Parts: sequence; structure tokens; C-alpha cells
Amino acid sequence: MTSTPAVPTTSEPARRRSLWARIRGRQGRNLWFALFVTPFVVGLLVFVYIPIVWSAYLSFFDARATIRPTTFVGLANYEYLLSDPLFRNSMMTFIVFAIFIVPVTYACSLGLALMLDNVGRFRAFFRSVFFIPTACSYVVAAMVWRLSFFNGARFGLINSLLTTLGFNGVDWLGGTNSWYWVALVSLRLWLQVGYYMILLIAGLNQIPVDTYEAAAIDGASGWRRLRHITLPQLRSTTAAVQMLLLIGAFQAFDEFYNMMSTAGSYPPYARPPLVHLYMISVGGSQQDLGLGGAGTMILTAIIVVFGLAQNWWVTRADRRQA
Amino acid sequence: MNFSRRHFIGAATGLAAAAVLTACGSNSGGVSTGSGSSSASGGSSSGSGKLIQWYHEYGENGVQEAVNRYAKDYKDAAVTVKWNPGSDYMKLVATTLLSGNGIPDVFESENGATLDMIQQGQVVDLTDVVGDDKDKFSKPVLDRMTYQGKIWAVPQVVDMQMLYYRKSVLEKAKVEPPKTFADLAAAAKAVKTSAMGGFFAGNDGGLGVLADLFIWSAGFDQLNSDDTDLAFMESNFFDAVNAYRDFSTSGGLLTSASKDWFDGSPFINGETAMQWTGLWALNDIKKKWGDDFGVLPFPAFGSAGRQAVPFGAYGSCAAAKGADNNVEGAKKFIKWLWVDQTDKQVDFANSYGTHIPARTDLVSKASQISDGAGKEAADFVDKFGHASDLLWTTTISDSFNAALTNVIKKKADAKKEFAAVQKTAQSELKRIKK
Repeated sequence: MTSTPAVPTTSEPARRRSLWARIRGRQGRNLWFALFVTPFVVGLLVFVYIPIVWSAYLSFFDARATIRPTTFVGLANYEYLLSDPLFRNSMMTFIVFAIFIVPVTYACSLGLALMLDNVGRFRAFFRSVFFIPTACSYVVAAMVWRLSFFNGARFGLINSLLTTLGFNGVDWLGGTNSWYWVALVSLRLWLQVGYYMILLIAGLNQIPVDTYEAAAIDGASGWRRLRHITLPQLRSTTAAVQMLLLIGAFQAFDEFYNMMSTAGSYPPYARPPLVHLYMISVGGSQQDLGLGGAGTMILTAIIVVFGLAQNWWVTRADRRQA
Repeated sequence: MNFSRRHFIGAATGLAAAAVLTACGSNSGGVSTGSGSSSASGGSSSGSGKLIQWYHEYGENGVQEAVNRYAKDYKDAAVTVKWNPGSDYMKLVATTLLSGNGIPDVFESENGATLDMIQQGQVVDLTDVVGDDKDKFSKPVLDRMTYQGKIWAVPQVVDMQMLYYRKSVLEKAKVEPPKTFADLAAAAKAVKTSAMGGFFAGNDGGLGVLADLFIWSAGFDQLNSDDTDLAFMESNFFDAVNAYRDFSTSGGLLTSASKDWFDGSPFINGETAMQWTGLWALNDIKKKWGDDFGVLPFPAFGSAGRQAVPFGAYGSCAAAKGADNNVEGAKKFIKWLWVDQTDKQVDFANSYGTHIPARTDLVSKASQISDGAGKEAADFVDKFGHASDLLWTTTISDSFNAALTNVIKKKADAKKEFAAVQKTAQSELKRIKK
């Protein structure tokens, strides 16, 4: 360890701290910081960043049944995917799905959060009731939806109800109609709304009570209160919630795969991009990691574009207000 | 012991470091790191006398005990059997071979080694293991496990699927057992009642399991002889798919039942008069219906079509980089069990559920398929049997199934849909051929 005095002319002991002492920081704070943070940074690097960089690298190579690049193929994997009608279809379906599910989930979560904010008694009870589905696994919920509620046979829960009421049963997940979207969307809402409701309640609690009091004195209530106080004050929470919802929509996999897949196969409709990539790159007995890498890069690009657009939209509203 | 904060941090960082090291181990990729690594089942090190063998989970009772018994009977090496529960066995095998850790020396693989395994050198050539006994194996089955003249897996046992029908129900409706698809559609409509469906082939409307049969029963093969293109882009195939589309909305097709096609229950419970399911369901069906059922291959589409049944066989492969680094030992064991030990092969095929021995000279010794519907099933494989092509990759089959679904369920134009499949298949075949 070299010990160059910071200011050579003075003889004050405090100024003569060694380099090591400066690296350690006061009371060894830097050292402790490094000690606590390193394991997580290493974990993040190994399990998140290196795989991302590696799959970006692999996407330019032929990498079948190996995770090492073999032959450089340039943009061939990208070309293949972008000319694959199934991949293009799944992208389009999911852009539409995201445009639909993000506002709907947000509106439902906000509605519940506002309602619970006004509930005087049993607030904790209702919060738990709406939050509990979040603890349920997507796979388990998908199984319940598929085998019980939306079972297409005449003994399916909803179908028996329909038959009792004198209607015909519906082939919910069979694909001859578009009713499978009802099953998929209702499941996603049931599982997600409670979680985002809690985030929004936390946001609502941040709004100072005096603002509402001042508004009440000025005579604002109901819709005007919501439009001019609650929503603007919630903006940063809203931005975070919508971003999470958007990423969630593009990453949809679990409930789709478990509800729609048939023995060893997955129908071409209601097929999220991740399911498609899974099917063609690692889903069967073949492994094509170059193709899979290219697909995830395309997907990432789309999420980034949507994220930036959303961010621009939110900050534009902020700027306008300023 | 005073477990201080410092101890805790030491332990935590140690764990993290260990996690990183393990991650590196399994991330270092390729197949070249396999040798010498310890196995999940035994932790055995290199040595000539040890082998690890993998099976997928067989549904029938007693199979696990049986394969353990076979392994124990082998005297030249200590064979540890690993039973792999769950439905993702083939994915597990593929990822294990890829990661290079804990690779079994001997493992079974659906329809033999996959193209990836062969091209990446993950399995070894077993041509000399089969040797002169080649002619004793069922030819279509062994052909499926052969690539470029070399045998990559020794078939263990053959499974097949066929059409089960209730004799009494068809007789009552005055229809004959269907030999053509038009007959099947008419029969299904005739026997259908409000309580019993006409024909059942899965909760997806049969598209998953019947997919390849549209090609074979229409009189074609999946790929052309030099594996460069699809071999079924003809009008009889398009007509076949369109015929099934019309059938699926005619009311004769049961689209939802208590279990899926691979379970005989819908047929046994009387939910349907005809069902497409496996030979493995024969025993249960016989128990319930006695003589009141018959079996058929899938009927022919149009005048150019032919009857067809699909078969599949698990094949035993030897890994090139098995955990015990004992390729010669693995080959010897495969020869012993799946070529020489004929009594064990008959036991394996016949004692737990119904299967067909892979060696044709053993078929007569398997009591379940020596007469009746079982014998007919074995004959169907010989006369009408097809197996999915080795080069019919997941990418091609996925694209094919998607087109099929679009035509049958979404009423898309068949010619247009399959033209897209053809494009995918042509570029895929070019890409994978080495």
C-alpha cells in the first residue's frame, strides 16, 4: 500500500490518511458498503446482465443445442423471425393485448383503491380480500380456470350454470370462437388487480390531507376533486404502475401456456411472443438459442419503445402543468 | 456458539461465491465439460464399473421396479437407475446434455436420438451394438432411429394409437366400422346422442394428436425423399383438412370430455362411441366393454388416401460424455438389455400395460398382443405404421399445427396457410442440414 500524503507540506495527522484509509472511508463505511452490496451485484451480473449480453451476442450466431456460438450468421436469425408469420402475429396480438389490458387493469385497481379509501369500517378486511388472489400462483389459477370455470364440457362450472338457465354451453377454450379471451383476461385481472390496488392505495396515502381540506373549503368535491387533485398527485405512482403493467403484458406466459396449451402443442391464436419463442427455441426437444436470443432482443426493443413513449406522455403532462 | 454478525456475513458471501461457481459450472456450455462431473443420482466418480441410466416416468404400475430389477441383474457394471417424474422428460434430457453436468451414461429418448443430439455429437453411434440382430427389429421402428446410415438408438418398446369403436352402438345406428373418413364422419353423426358424443380425439378437437395423420391418411409423407421440402402440398391433402373442418362443426365430433385423448376414460365412461387413443388403454377398455368394442386404423381421406396409424418408440441412447465417462460400458449394457435379454424385453412390453416389443420375433411371445384387438394393433403398425420424420423439427411441426388450427378452427384458406408452412419448412430444412 503506498501512502502518499494528501498535502505533503502539512504534518497534521488527519491529513496524512493513507490511501487504504481513504478507500475504507470513515469507520470503514466504504468497506461495509462493498461487503453488503457485492453479493447482490455479483448475483445480478451472473444471473441477469451476463445472460442478457450473452443472448444478444448469440442472436448473431447459429447456436443449436449449444450455448456457444458456432457459425456467424449475421442478421439471419432476426430475418427468420421477422418473416415468420406466427411471430409477427403474436407480436401484433400482444400489442393489442397490452393496449387493452394496461388501462383496464389500471382502471380496476384505481377504482378499488378509491373505493377502499372511502370505506370507514372493515378497511383492512376488504384490502386483504382483494389482495389475497395475488398470493395465488398463475399456474394454479390457470388450472382452476381451465378445468373448472371455463371447462368446455357440459359439466364445466359456467357451462352447467348456463345450461341450468336454459342457454347452450360454450366451448370456452376450444378456439372455434374468441371466448378464450374472457377466460384469459378475467384471470389476469383477478390475479393482478389486488396488487396494483395496494400500490395505488400507498400513492393515495401520500396525498396531503390539507389539499383536500382546502379544496373542500373552495367547494370542490366528487369528480372535480378526483380530476384536479387525486389524479395529478398520483401521477408518479401511475407512471410506475403502468410501466409494470406494460412489461407484465409483454411478458405474459404462465396463464396463457397453462390454459391454452394442448398436449405438446400451443394453438396459433392467443399466443404471447414469449410462448412462441419458447415453442420454437427450447420448447420441444430441440434447442435453438440463437433464434431465442434474437426473439428476446426484438421483444426488448418493443418494450423499450413502448416504455419511452409512455414516459414521454407522462412527462409531457407534467411539463404542461408546470 | 456465538454466531456474530461477522460470521453471518462470512457465511453469506461464501454462499454467494458458491452460487456463482455453480452457475459458472453449468453456464460454461457445450458438451465438452461433461466428463468427471458428479451425478445427481449417485455421486459416483469415473470408473469402469459404474453406469447411470435414465428413464422417463412410465404411467403403468410396476415399471420402475422392473427396470431396477433389470439393472440389478447386470453383472458387468453397477447400474444406477434414475426415474424422472414429470411430463418434460425430453426437455430435461436436452438441457442436461447441453449443460454438461450429470449426463447419464445411458438414457431413453423418444423415437431415438434427436437430430440435435446426433449433430452435436452428444450421443454415440450404436450400429455395432445392434450388429447382426438388425433384421430382428421392426424395420420402420429401427429406420426411425437411423440417420445417414448409422443407428443412434436401440428401440426398447413400441407404442401406437388407433381408433376404438363400440360395436353395439354402431350396429344399433346401422353403420359399418369406418374405413374412409367420409364414413367416419357419417358414422359419428349417426351414433351421436345428447348423452354420447360420436368421435373423440382430444379436448383440442383432435388437432394435436391427429395432425400428422392428415398427411399420412391422405396418402403422403411429411418430407420429400431428399429432405428439402414438404411432400404433401397436393389437393388431396387440402381436401382432407377441409373435410375435417366441416366434420368438426357437424356435431359428430366431441370437443370436450372428462379426460384428454391419451386417456381411455371418455370411451370407458360412455362419453363417446368412438375414440382415438393409445394401445396402452386397451386393457382398461377390454375390462369395461369385453367384446363390445373393435379397433381400426385412422380411415383414409379421399380415393388417393390410405389407412394409417402412428407409432412411437423410446430408444436407448449412449451419451458421448456421460458422468462416468464409460462409453464402452454403456454400449455393452445397452446390447445386453435391449438386444440380448429377450425375456426382459417381453416382460417390459407385456407385463405393465400393453406395448409391442421392438423385436418382431418377440411379438408372438407377448400374450396381450397375441390375439384379438392387441394382435390387430401389432398388424396395423406393420401394415399402416408411420413415425414422425427425424427432420420434422419442432419449428416445422409448430408451424404445421398452427396452419391446421387456422384452417379447421378459424376457417382460413388451406392452400394459403400451408404455403406459409412450406416456406418455413424449406428455410428450416436448409438451416438444419449439415
